[in-house]
Parts: sequence; C-alpha cells; structure tokens
Amino acid sequence: MKELIVILLTTVFINNYVLQQFLGICPFLGVSKKVDQATGMSAAVIFVMLMATAVTWPIQNFVLNPNGLGYMQTIVFILVIASLVQLVEIVLKKYIPALHASLGVYLPLITTNCAVLGVCISNIDSEYTFIQAIFNSLGAGIGFLLAMVLFAGVRSRVEENNAPASIKGLPITLISAAILSVSFFGFAGVIDNIFG
Amino acid sequence: MNVIVIAIIVVTIIGILCAAMLSVASKVMAVEVDERVPKVTACLPGANCGGCGFPGCEGYAAALVEDPDLDLTLCAPGGAAAVAAMGEILGRSGGEMVKKFAVIQCTGDCNTTGNKMEYKGIDSCAGGKLMFGGAGECTYGCLGLGDCAAVCPENAICIENGIAHVDTRVCTGCGACAKVCPNNVIALVPEKFNVKIACSNKDKGAAVRKKCKAGCIGCGMCMKKCPEGAITLKDNLASIDYSKCTNCGTCKESCPVKCIIG
Repeated sequence: MKELIVILLTTVFINNYVLQQFLGICPFLGVSKKVDQATGMSAAVIFVMLMATAVTWPIQNFVLNPNGLGYMQTIVFILVIASLVQLVEIVLKKYIPALHASLGVYLPLITTNCAVLGVCISNIDSEYTFIQAIFNSLGAGIGFLLAMVLFAGVRSRVEENNAPASIKGLPITLISAAILSVSFFGFAGVIDNIFG
Repeated sequence: MNVIVIAIIVVTIIGILCAAMLSVASKVMAVEVDERVPKVTACLPGANCGGCGFPGCEGYAAALVEDPDLDLTLCAPGGAAAVAAMGEILGRSGGEMVKKFAVIQCTGDCNTTGNKMEYKGIDSCAGGKLMFGGAGECTYGCLGLGDCAAVCPENAICIENGIAHVDTRVCTGCGACAKVCPNNVIALVPEKFNVKIACSNKDKGAAVRKKCKAGCIGCGMCMKKCPEGAITLKDNLASIDYSKCTNCGTCKESCPVKCIIG
C-alpha cells in the first residue's frame, strides 16, 4: 500500500507529467485561460488516462510481449487510445449527456494527447504491475489537473496586469509557465524524506 | 519474415476489433438529434452574442425546438428575416420583430465633463467603476474604458473623446453591450424613433450642472411639452415611453440643455 502511495505522490509532484516531463504542453497552454475550462479538460484527461492504462497494459503484457512485438507499442497504443476515446465519447453522448456537454469538447483533443500516450508507455517501461500502473496514471492525471488549475490561476492574474508590450501575451505566459515548472523542483526529495 | 507477418496480423486484428467496436457502438448508441435544430441554427446569424439569453445560437435553436411556446423574436441580430425563416421550419407564426439599436445614454465627453482623478488601473469599465465609482466627475455616465466596444460582436462601438459611440449602420441590437456596461448607460431603442434621452444622471439639476454641461437637469420641460404624455420624470431624469411616443420631436426642441438627441 505504501508503495502505491509513493507512486501516486511521486507522479503528482516530482515527476509531474506537464511541469517536469513536459508532456501535454499543448492543452497546458491552450486550455488554461479559464479555471473552469482547465478543470473540465483535466477531468477528461484523468478519465482517459485511467481508461487507456486499463486497456493498454493488458495489450502490452498479454498480446504484444508474448509475440515478441514490444517494439510495436507506440503504433498499437495510438490506435487503441484513439478508438477508446471515440467510444467513450459515443457512450457519454448516449447515457450521460450532461457530462458529455462539459467534457465533450475536450475529448477529441485528448485523442492524440502525448501525455496520455506517455503515461501508457512509461507504465510499461517502469515494469509496473497492473495496480501500480493504474495508480501511476491516476497520479499523472491529478498532476495534470494540479498544473492546469494552478497555471490557469496564474494566467488570469498575469492577464490583468500591465506586462511590458514586448512580452505581452504568449511570451509572458511561457515565462510564467517556466517559473511554475521551476517551483515544482521544490518537491524533489520531499517524498523520499517522508517515506524514507 | 515470420516476425513481420506476426506484427502485421496482430496490428490488423487489433485495428479490426477497434473498428468493429466503434461501428457497432455508433449504431447501437446513436443519439437521435432533432433535425430541425441544425436547420433553425442555420437561420440564426451565428454571432453567438447571447443577446437572446441562451448560450449561443445553437442553444436558442435547441430551446425553440423543445419549447413550442418560446418567443421567436428574441434574436435581435437575425431580425424579421430570421423570425420568418424559423417560423416556417417550426410551423408557427412569428410575431412582430422590432429592430432596435443600442443607444449610449450619455454625452459627457472630454469637452463637457471632467475627471475627478487620473485613473491608471485595469483598462476596463468594470475595473474603473470600482475606484470611487469611476474616474469621471459624473458617476452615472459612460466611463469610456470600452467594455462595450470589447464585447460588441459587430465592432459597432468605438470610444472617442472619452465616450462610447455606436455606429447604427452596423449595430444589430443584440444587447451584449447593455449587459456589460457597469453603469447601465446603454439602452436598446427601436430603430424608428429619433428621440433619445442622452443622460443617465439622477442627481438634482444644480449638482448635474456642476459636473457636466451636457447632463439632464430634470427641469421637466420635455414632459410638459410632449403632446402624447410619453415623457416622465423620475429621479430627476427624463425617460421616454416609446409605446406612446409618436416621434414628433417636440421634446428635442424644448430641451434647454439639448440633452435629447436623435
């Protein structure tokens, strides 16, 4: 149990997929203008990451590895994740229209999100068991949510202030993203010291 | 050779499985969308201004299809043409559409009124209003920081000489500006009338006069002169009841401060 908590906290804070591994930067910059949009996108990402891990881990370990096809993981995972997201969208539209209305816009964006693919591949590379892989992807999703919501808050503050004309807009956004990323280095070592 | 064949077979099988799953799911779980919704949406202008009170044009179209008693005339930018086209699709008659314009009920520009301080805060009316009711002497009038211009989907509003101006050739009367103005200076007036009260100040005449040369002093001259009794004086400010107004223009001539404009 302790091991699972360590995995969860490590992926949320230390190996944060957005701020430390630089995956999923596209939605991080694109959908972080408002806090509610950022939350909706992150909720969709958490959901899809968990689903994708639950599907890709068995495929890797029961289909690809026994046939010596480990090197095909990227292509197969993209194929599977893309169809999975489409399926989820169809199911949501039919049975939970309210959730579809709030997540629906973001689901197609996630189809080709590199953070989702990155989590699936890193689960395999780290040789996690199924339960560990699920916790790792949950941590990745929560880390994504944390980064998105924090950055959306930072961004709304930045936009209300008078930045110098030369760095107004995207440059100041990138600078604040960099500072936020650096601030997450502060977590390195914390988990090790807590759990020894 | 063998390895390639296995790879091709495995990936093909996975692909076929995914495709089969998706095509079955899309058939089994197909959601029936009322085909009138996209048709009605096509009749609307697509500016997504929100003037009707629904989230965007598609929201209004969906609500119209769902609720047969909903007013067809809520879309000001679409005008009478949209009402007629939507009525045809939905099989019910529209009702009369009155085209309206946004009117800035303030003429206090830099020449007629001054500032009580120099404002260097957030560049928006909502922000400026928080600072002692705005930088201008008059706390009722146009702040001139352009929230209405920023929100206007047609770019019909510009800020000139410290006050907003509406280009009536472009304005569709959607009312987005009226919603965003923190002083409620903007009113929607039917197109055919060319008498509008151009002041929002509710102070007594002498106080208005000290702050702004263009303000309504609440003298009541227009109310006395109006042959239809369409003008009333409330809180030291004249207001026109457009359901009674005949557009005669008597009030415009009678106003001593030229506060009724066309």
